[in-house]
Amino acid sequence: MAAIEIKNLNFVYSAGTPFEKHALKDINLTIEEGSFVGVVGATGSGKSTLIQHLNGLIKLQDKKHSSVFVNGMDASKRATLKKLRFEVGMVFQYPEYQLFADTVAKDIAFGPKNMKLSKEEIDARVARALEVVGLDYDKIASRSPFDLSGGEKRRVAIAGVIAMQPKILVLDEPVAGLDPIGREEILALIKKLHEEVSPTVILVSHNMDDIAVLADRIVAISDGRLVADCSPKEFFADRQLVKDIGLDLPMAARITDALVQKGVPLSADIVSLTELADALSALKEGAHV
Amino acid sequence: MFRDVAFGQYYPTGSPVHKLDPRTKLLLTVLFVITIFFIKSYFGFMLTLVVLLAIVIVSRLPIVSVLKSVRGILLIVLISAAINLFVIKDGEVLAHWKIFTITKNGVHTAIKLALRLVLVISGASLLPLTTTPVELADGLEKLMIPLKIIKVPVRDIAMIMSIALRFVPTLFEETQKIMNAQKARGAAIDHGNIFKRIGAMMPVLIPLFVNSFRRADELSFAMDARCYNATDRRTKMKRLKFGWGDAVAALFLLSYTVVILLDRYYFKTVGIDIDLMIFGELL
Repeated sequence: MAAIEIKNLNFVYSAGTPFEKHALKDINLTIEEGSFVGVVGATGSGKSTLIQHLNGLIKLQDKKHSSVFVNGMDASKRATLKKLRFEVGMVFQYPEYQLFADTVAKDIAFGPKNMKLSKEEIDARVARALEVVGLDYDKIASRSPFDLSGGEKRRVAIAGVIAMQPKILVLDEPVAGLDPIGREEILALIKKLHEEVSPTVILVSHNMDDIAVLADRIVAISDGRLVADCSPKEFFADRQLVKDIGLDLPMAARITDALVQKGVPLSADIVSLTELADALSALKEGAHV
Repeated sequence: MFRDVAFGQYYPTGSPVHKLDPRTKLLLTVLFVITIFFIKSYFGFMLTLVVLLAIVIVSRLPIVSVLKSVRGILLIVLISAAINLFVIKDGEVLAHWKIFTITKNGVHTAIKLALRLVLVISGASLLPLTTTPVELADGLEKLMIPLKIIKVPVRDIAMIMSIALRFVPTLFEETQKIMNAQKARGAAIDHGNIFKRIGAMMPVLIPLFVNSFRRADELSFAMDARCYNATDRRTKMKRLKFGWGDAVAALFLLSYTVVILLDRYYFKTVGIDIDLMIFGELL
């Protein structure tokens, strides 16, 4: 069974007013359990609208023709809505702006508490979540989340989501506004979460370098339409498409293009700096032989 | 949740009404609302409805946008009408059951109260629907200028108002975002009884306040950086000017007010009862 199955999804904002916007047009998408999917698209392309359908934050508009199924649950069914939300953990942009409790532990416990777990189970999950995001329980659990640094706040917010131990984790621009070290740390954390906590990860990002390295599949949306659904290599090899939908190439691909222009024979499917380094050193070896 | 709160949302159509001077619209809206409280007869209500429809048509607003504002107060209207219906006990009795008595006077009072409330809200909603928040603040600032004589900081008040108006949609959006984030963690914001819901709002309200203070702080720095209040002689990029349209609008609404006042204070004294002429025995 696929983790996520979306059929003919359409969505229109403010229908019948001057603000009308057709945000999603006939989206069909199946995501297998265990995959790491990168969702890319320009600002306002419909990415956020799409992911909010996954846990019923946005209701299906046309139930007759379209459907969203998550782990076999109909996302439009009210009866299973809570269960759905615990299975799809969603980390929104700037998640630290949702912190509210007076201690870090209480904030992380919010999700598990809503799941009506036992007190022991909640405490265990809070401790485990803090450990996974790399924060020291003894030092931080009883502090106020508002006294932490930006990077720590974001970790706490992410811990609040993974404490529900969701099978599917959706992250919307998780590294926006962080410094370079903070970015690296969060990206490493996401990789770890994919391996240890949530088998299926959906990452929405404007940063093509992150997507190229992390995702094993790319779903590109432009003006509400699904325009590509393939591996990062195939996606970025189509330079024209990437440009047309208003996206950047990963740094490695840009360097490759610049080198190719100077006459260095490199293939267009290089997307990460490691691959580029490998290709270049292979060239150098070849020159020596 | 807030998608349905239409009151105060600007609806751009570029109509002549939209182009009126905001001061004209402010003053005429006040006049319109006050006049509605002077209506006495059903003829007056009908006339008001016609005037309102005329303004809506000239503004090219969809009627739904006005009705949406009414929807918000529908419950209050119904409750107050019902209270009037059962409390007023004088006049001809129409129906009687146990302790409940409905009289002719009660029916009339209830209907008129409901009409009055609906018309006042619809009339007042036209102002934000046809005027941008910035225009409104500019207009208010100009209208308050006389208060400067008694040392009222008119400019600052206007700035506070325009900032407040400017951030209404931002706050709505932000509330929606935080609500979504908490709902994603299983918060029961959209179901349960009223007390449960109020309790469930805390995880939304606390971040909302924290973020608002942070934003206010940032905004004050940004204003400082652009030398806000370094001089008292700030000039305007867009200067307000009265035009012909303003004269026409004022004349239109003034004549409406005159008719309503005549209807209330004069027609009866000279023996004209328009209600009786229109509705006859129905009353």
